[in-house]
Amino acid sequence: MTRRDAVPGLVILAVFAILAPAPLVVDDYVLSVLINIATYTALATAWAFFSGVTRYVSLAASAFFGVGTYSVAVLGEQSYLLALAVAAAIGAVLSLVVGLATLRLKGMYFVIFTFGLSGLIHEVVNWWEFNITETMGRYVFLDIGGDVIYLQLLTAATAITLLWWKRDHGRMGFALGTIGSDETVARQIGIDTTRIKLATFVASSVIMTLVGAILAPRWSYIDPTIAFNPNISFLTVVMALLGGARRYWGPVMGVVPLAVLSDYLSVTVPDYFSIALGACFLAVVFFIPEGIAIRLETAYMRSRQRVRTSLERRRA
Amino acid sequence: MTGMHLESVTRRFGGLIAVNAVDLDLYEGELLGLIGPNGSGKSTLLNMISGRLMPSSGRMALNGEDITREKAPARSRAGIAATFQMVHVPDVLTAEDNVAVAAMYGRKKLNVEPARRVARELLRRVHFSAPLDAPPGALTYFDQKRIELARALATEPDILLLDEWLAGLTPTELNEGIKLIRSLHRDEKLTIVLVEHVMAAIRELCDRVVVLSAGEIVAEGSADDCLSNPKVITVYLGDEDV
Repeated sequence: MTRRDAVPGLVILAVFAILAPAPLVVDDYVLSVLINIATYTALATAWAFFSGVTRYVSLAASAFFGVGTYSVAVLGEQSYLLALAVAAAIGAVLSLVVGLATLRLKGMYFVIFTFGLSGLIHEVVNWWEFNITETMGRYVFLDIGGDVIYLQLLTAATAITLLWWKRDHGRMGFALGTIGSDETVARQIGIDTTRIKLATFVASSVIMTLVGAILAPRWSYIDPTIAFNPNISFLTVVMALLGGARRYWGPVMGVVPLAVLSDYLSVTVPDYFSIALGACFLAVVFFIPEGIAIRLETAYMRSRQRVRTSLERRRA
Repeated sequence: MTGMHLESVTRRFGGLIAVNAVDLDLYEGELLGLIGPNGSGKSTLLNMISGRLMPSSGRMALNGEDITREKAPARSRAGIAATFQMVHVPDVLTAEDNVAVAAMYGRKKLNVEPARRVARELLRRVHFSAPLDAPPGALTYFDQKRIELARALATEPDILLLDEWLAGLTPTELNEGIKLIRSLHRDEKLTIVLVEHVMAAIRELCDRVVVLSAGEIVAEGSADDCLSNPKVITVYLGDEDV
C-alpha cells in the first residue's frame, strides 16, 4: 500500500475521533439522533460489506439484530460482556449454518430465504418464550448510558468500514468484485467462491448481531415483535442502496439523510409517517438507482477528465 | 506422455445425453481441435474438462491423478484454464485488474502489485490495444477476447481450453488470432484444446482433430483426414437423399 492509499483509512479514523466525544457537548435529543445514525451506519455498512459487493441481497438483518438483542436481554444481567460475546458467537454460528445452506441459491431464492429466516427465528423465539420460559417480553435493566451505547455503535460502524477499506486493497477485494459480477469466471480462475462468500457473510452477520446486542439496554423492554421487526431489514437495505452499496463510504451517505428525514417525519406527520417514508423510498429507487456514492464518483471522474482536457488544450 | 485422460465420460441433461461415453486422451503439448455441428456436445465436453460441469458418469485423470470430482477452482489450481464461449469480462474491474485477479488466485497466488505487473506483461503478450485502465464495456470485441485469453494465461496453466475464441472476429483479426494461438502453443509449451467452427483455423493450427456428433466421437486424426472423412461430411451436411 502506498502512502496515498492510506489516506482514506486515516480519514475514517479522524471522523471517528471527531464524532466520539459528541455526547459531551450535545443534548439528549441530538444524542438519540446520533445513536440512530450510528446504528444504521453499522447495519447498512455491514449489510453492503456482503450484499453490496456479492449482489446476494439479504433480508436477514433483523434476524441477526434480534438475536443480538435477545442475547443481552437474557444474559445481560449476569454479565454484559459475556452477553456480547455470546451474541457474537450465536451470530457467527447462525450465519455459518445459513450461509452453508443458502449461498448456492442465487437471486430471488436467496432474498426469499433470508426473509423467511427472519420470520422463522422470530416465531421460534416467540414459541420458546411462550411455552418454555413463559415470559412474553423482557425488561432490560442495565445501567448503561446512551453515551456508552453511542460509543460502542460508533466503534462497530468504524470497524466494519475500516475492514472493508482494507479489504479493497487486497486480493480478497478483487475476488469479491469478480464474484459479484460473474461467479463462473471467478471459479474458473481458481477463486474458492463458497469459502470467500461464507467468510464475508459471517463477518457481516456478526456485526449486525452485535449492533442489536449493543442497542438492547437502550430499549429497557423488548419482545420478539420489537426485536425481530422486519422494518429493520428493509431500512438497512434502503439506506445502503441510497448511499451506494458497492463502496465502503457509500452506505453512510444514505443513512444520514434518511435517518434525519425519518426523524423529522415522525415528529411533523406522525400519522402519515409510513406513507411519507415509503414515498421517499420510491423516489430513491426512481431517481438514484445506483446510489449517491457512485453518482458522486462519476461526477468527480468527469470533472477530472474535463480539467485534464482543458489543460491539454491550453498546452497545445 | 498423457496430459489428461478421459474414460467413458458421460453427461446427461434430464433425458438428453449431451456427451455419451467419450474416451479421449489429451497428450502433453499437443494442439487438439474439437469440432462438430451445433449441439454435438463440444462445449459440454470442454466444460467437463474445465470443471464447470460435473460428468454424470465416467472418470477423468490429470497426469495420472483422478480429478473427476474436482470442481472448477481446484482444476484451475491444477493447471487447467479456459475461456468462455460468450465473452465474460466483469466490468467492475479495469482491463488490467481483470487479468490481475487471475494471477492473485489461479496457481500464482500473487499479491496485488506483482499480479498487476504480470497482467500488464500478459496483455502486451496478447497484443491488447486499449488503455490498461479502460472499463471492459468500452472495448472492442477482440480486445475483450484478448482479456479473456490473458486472464486464462494468468492462472499459469498447462492446459488451455479455448471455446470458440476465434468466433466473430474480422478476417484480419482472425489471422492475428491464429498467429497468437500458434505462438502461445510454441513458446509457452501449452497443451491447447480448440473448439472451433472456423475450419481454416482448425486446418492451420491443429496437430490432431476429434469430431463429435450427437455426443459421440465419430472421427479422429489429422485435420485433412477428418474433414475429408465421409462420416464427417455426413455429420455436417446430412445424408444424400435416397
